[in-house]
Amino acid sequence: MTSTAEASPDIRPLIQSDRAKTTLYTDPEIFKAEMRKVFENTWVWVAHESEIAGPGDFKTAQVGQHPVIVVRDRKGVVHVHVNRCRHRAATLCEVPKGKTSSFVCPYHGWSYGLEGALRGVPYETGYEGVLEKAKFPLRSLRVEHYAGMIFATFRDDIEPLVDYLGPAKKWMDLFMKQGAGFPVTTLGEHKFRFPGNWKIQLENTTDAYHFPLVHKSFLTAVDSETQTTLDMMNNGGFVEDLGNGHSVMVMIPELIDLEDNLEAPIPEKFKDLAAELAKDYSDLEVRRIVRAVGGSGFNLNIFPNVACSMAFFRVLQPIAVEETEVRHIAIGMKGGPAAGNRARMRLHEFFQGPMGFGSPDDAEVWDRVQHGAQGDHDLWLMLNRGLPQETTMPDGTRRGDVSSETGMRAAYAQWAKMMAA
Amino acid sequence: MTTEAITLDEAMALTWYEADLLDNAEYDEWLAMWTPDAHYVVPIEPGAVDFENTLNYAYDDHSMRKKRVDRLRNGQSVSTSPVARTIRLQSRFRILKSDADTCELRCAQILTEFRRGRERAYTADVEFNLVRGDDGKLKIARKVVRLINSTDALTGIGYIL
Repeated sequence: MTSTAEASPDIRPLIQSDRAKTTLYTDPEIFKAEMRKVFENTWVWVAHESEIAGPGDFKTAQVGQHPVIVVRDRKGVVHVHVNRCRHRAATLCEVPKGKTSSFVCPYHGWSYGLEGALRGVPYETGYEGVLEKAKFPLRSLRVEHYAGMIFATFRDDIEPLVDYLGPAKKWMDLFMKQGAGFPVTTLGEHKFRFPGNWKIQLENTTDAYHFPLVHKSFLTAVDSETQTTLDMMNNGGFVEDLGNGHSVMVMIPELIDLEDNLEAPIPEKFKDLAAELAKDYSDLEVRRIVRAVGGSGFNLNIFPNVACSMAFFRVLQPIAVEETEVRHIAIGMKGGPAAGNRARMRLHEFFQGPMGFGSPDDAEVWDRVQHGAQGDHDLWLMLNRGLPQETTMPDGTRRGDVSSETGMRAAYAQWAKMMAA
Repeated sequence: MTTEAITLDEAMALTWYEADLLDNAEYDEWLAMWTPDAHYVVPIEPGAVDFENTLNYAYDDHSMRKKRVDRLRNGQSVSTSPVARTIRLQSRFRILKSDADTCELRCAQILTEFRRGRERAYTADVEFNLVRGDDGKLKIARKVVRLINSTDALTGIGYIL
């Protein structure tokens, strides 16, 4: 996949372990290089298994700038194909999701099986002796999954996904406890764009420092018990560098493991829900569901494009150097209580998406960052918060307090490593 | 008590009044236009009908509408300070159903937003369920704003559609 002939910008003068130059947000050449060096050379999240639950179910996605189709074949195997006909490059599919038995190019009718094989070519005599169909399957990526999260890569020779995720796996397992005993399923998504570089959003998922200020209007709108829970600067949270650019930011330590502490009192805001659930579920089940409804107490940032963020999946898609698409995918309990899933969706609507009480304020400050980044490219972006208190854990990972920029340093270290390769 | 069905004129007068209140930030009057159990809904999926069991952009009961108004007024939100200026036009009105006390009205709405040097447009089908209150005046029992591009990536919408 690597096209070595293309020149790459020298990033060494632009980044240090605790700072970076704003050209990382503004330089189109760096963006072009990132799309190759980062996105074509690592595991990129493409789907949650529930989005393509049955045979023939598919969704469209992107791996870097490559349009792809994520599809489950009749045997249940998930494939990720570049969404490009092998004849003259037209996309095979332009709908975001659906169910099909094959992919047929709308231009000249070349048709492909779900597993990618070229099945049919109209008026085949024109290709007599010059087209060996077996040699023209869809370009397929390597696919692996963990905890229901499906990742793809162009590279056949990089480490297996589980090794790439490393210590992040433990946090993915904890995050999926939000199913409260039911399988986790996606419940729809909010999708929005902001005029700024993708790394601004990447940083934000591991930035507790902004929360009390940028989300003041949200904190004003919630009840006092929730305000206390979300007082993350004072809750004993922490950020841990999990290697390979991944990090976890624990904002509410008592909500790390949703199956712990089930005997704790049910928060006032969930009393009505608990009463409704009690009609159909045992006391223990009610406690388990209610505790999971509000989400986990942490954000797991998985480099480069996905996060398990409290109660939803955050997916970022670079569009251009100064344009990024963000998806907030709501999750819930498959086959679980409708009242529980309703509560989850209302909480999602409250904060997330273009009309939420949180996301538009995030998008506004990211927009400001991009605008300010046009000013004097010799100035540094400072990423050194929390360095004095950072400690090394027994397993060698670095840990800082909740508002330390440890997670950003982790992501940029991985970025620099891949960009220099 | 009149038994005549609610007319297009009367229904249109109400939704234009609502549009004018929103564009001119007269939110207290706006909050008073609704029945107590009414919802303001901005769905995502074009065919959605069961809004309660679906993820929406907004699914506001009275309490959430009030919070939304507070957010527009309290100056704490960086994306709504200042609030975007909006001008909305409604046209292509059609009564779908009407009797003496209730009415379903559908119309087209084109809204232009201006904020921080950027002008944007949002186009929508808007569905109103109106009911006649005890005082004889019409109230909004439900308003559903179906954005033409609801399934696409939107930008932050820091005002009421």
